[in-house]
Amino acid sequence: MELFNNLIFGFSVALSFQNVLYCFIGCLLGTMIGVLPGIGPMATIAMLLPITFTLPPVAALIMLAGIYYGAQYGGSTTAILVNLPGETSSVVTCIDGYQMARQGRAGPALAIAAIGSFFAGTVCTMIIAMFGPLIAEIAFKFRAPEYFSLMLMALVTAAVLSQGDTSKSLAMVSLGLLLGVVGADLNTGVQRFTFNITELADGIGFVIIAIGVFAVGEIISNLGELQERQVFTSKVESIYPTLQDLKQSIAPIIRGTAIGAFFGTLPGTGPAISSFSSYLVEKKVAKDPSRFGNGAIEGVAGPESANNAAAQCAFIPTLTLGIPGSASMALMLGALIIQGITPGPTVMTKNPDLFWGLIASMWIGNLMLLVLNLPLVGLWVSLLKVPYRLLFPAIMVFSSIGIYSLNNSPFDLYLAALFGALGFIWMRLGCPAAPMLLGFILGPLLEENLRRALLISRGDPSVFFTRPISLAFMIATVLILLTMAVPAVGKRKSSISG
Amino acid sequence: MKLDFRSNRDFWSGLMFFVIGVAAIPIARDYPFGSTLRMGAGYFPTLLGAILILFGIYIMVKGLRRHEKIEGNWSLRALIMLPLSMVLFGVLMQYAGFIPALAVLIFWSAASGREFKFFEVLLVTVLLTVLSVGVFIWGLGLPYPLIKGF
Repeated sequence: MELFNNLIFGFSVALSFQNVLYCFIGCLLGTMIGVLPGIGPMATIAMLLPITFTLPPVAALIMLAGIYYGAQYGGSTTAILVNLPGETSSVVTCIDGYQMARQGRAGPALAIAAIGSFFAGTVCTMIIAMFGPLIAEIAFKFRAPEYFSLMLMALVTAAVLSQGDTSKSLAMVSLGLLLGVVGADLNTGVQRFTFNITELADGIGFVIIAIGVFAVGEIISNLGELQERQVFTSKVESIYPTLQDLKQSIAPIIRGTAIGAFFGTLPGTGPAISSFSSYLVEKKVAKDPSRFGNGAIEGVAGPESANNAAAQCAFIPTLTLGIPGSASMALMLGALIIQGITPGPTVMTKNPDLFWGLIASMWIGNLMLLVLNLPLVGLWVSLLKVPYRLLFPAIMVFSSIGIYSLNNSPFDLYLAALFGALGFIWMRLGCPAAPMLLGFILGPLLEENLRRALLISRGDPSVFFTRPISLAFMIATVLILLTMAVPAVGKRKSSISG
Repeated sequence: MKLDFRSNRDFWSGLMFFVIGVAAIPIARDYPFGSTLRMGAGYFPTLLGAILILFGIYIMVKGLRRHEKIEGNWSLRALIMLPLSMVLFGVLMQYAGFIPALAVLIFWSAASGREFKFFEVLLVTVLLTVLSVGVFIWGLGLPYPLIKGF
């Protein structure tokens, strides 16, 4: 059994003292910062990224993965306890989770969320271990046209599924692609859009954009609120769900996991669409749909499992194809590149310790979250009460030192400040930043593959439509764009997110 | 129909994309354009500039027809002061050292909020600075001089 050998190998890597420690630190830091209201998962990951750069690749990725699902989980905790969704994927958790909390059942809601997430995480670890190598095998046959079409599909999907106006999201993707052009041209060495600034010769660092837009921009936006948000935390009495709770949750957890695994694997889609779909499915199949919105435990169990399953399975396209499906996965990919690893199907053969170690550590991380979070609920509740005016200077300190430590260059801070202001303006103008970041990170790869594809085909653009796999991606891209043009679908999207 | 475009968020978004596209094309034209077969350095950015112009026009027109207003409150103070605190940190790291840079960053950024209590901020500044020196300089071993010249 090759699968078992691979998993055992993965566990031997992940269970080394050092890697368990980094996994633990990642989960703890991720949850701790993710719980804080007003700090989204993107800001959390961006802020903590520079710390991981000093670690060896495997440890760095393990810690980052820990931060990633820790932040996801922390976001759900905030959603349930104070009705503040940290990001779109926990919007639906708020609906019934907060109602449960108001009825004094915050504990069982948190416990079910943790149990569902753990189940989803376990299943998805197996899915990645089983299907990762298969997908990588197919990906070895991909040439430049396939990669170009796949990236185009991922970018369009991410734009269409992001909140708000599709045309603005697509424009933001294009803007991200343009920002990715800055720096020396890979093929000819021509300096593009550098304006004779030497610091821009290697391009703009993705950490600078991420911290600027997501951490600084978010703070500026929060400071604009007229008064400090009052946080009403519900009391958490018993964390143990009743037998009835567990019985009611089993089916939603399984369905949610399946939905999340499906959407997570597709590039461009992700946790948000999974948790929405799961909620809608649970409401459909329920005997008494009127319970939803009034504290139905299925409304927490399903979406939370779907959320985590999608977050986990999002690693499949990132690790096997080198194509991230979401902004947070784009950060993961950027971290891989900084560590000197070329993303794509070769990761599995060239860095098996990284691939299998990371997969095994995901399961360990999920176990840690389950063990860590329930006993620490009290601590998270008290963290929620820290006033924002004390929090944001600390975020600024972390962000600024993190950026300075990249190149020891003050210029990076000026850039981050600029992107912070821009991030805030984009937020107010309803221009989503996540598709921009995805475009920025995929930009150089997209251009490279476009050039290569057209060189192979002697300048004939039909190459994207004559090769079957590439054609399939192109058709999918067009279909996704069409669904948005059909008003009924567009309306449903706004009714869910609104 | 009132021409109140000042708070029209789609108009401003569209204008932004349009202006960036218009600015990008002449710069990109300076680089060798090449052909579709052998793309030069200017090909891809020119293409993106054109796409941005088209999106910009489309979004502007849509904005003028739909009139969606900019939502949420603006704090001009935060928008100017907070990015400035990062700039100051950069400058001071170069010329004054870690401690002064941090102290100014914390104090300045705290001052960009609405609620500013002098003694509380002073206390936070001292605590955070001490903590950062402990974590980043002694813990993670970042090689920055605490105060330049000493």
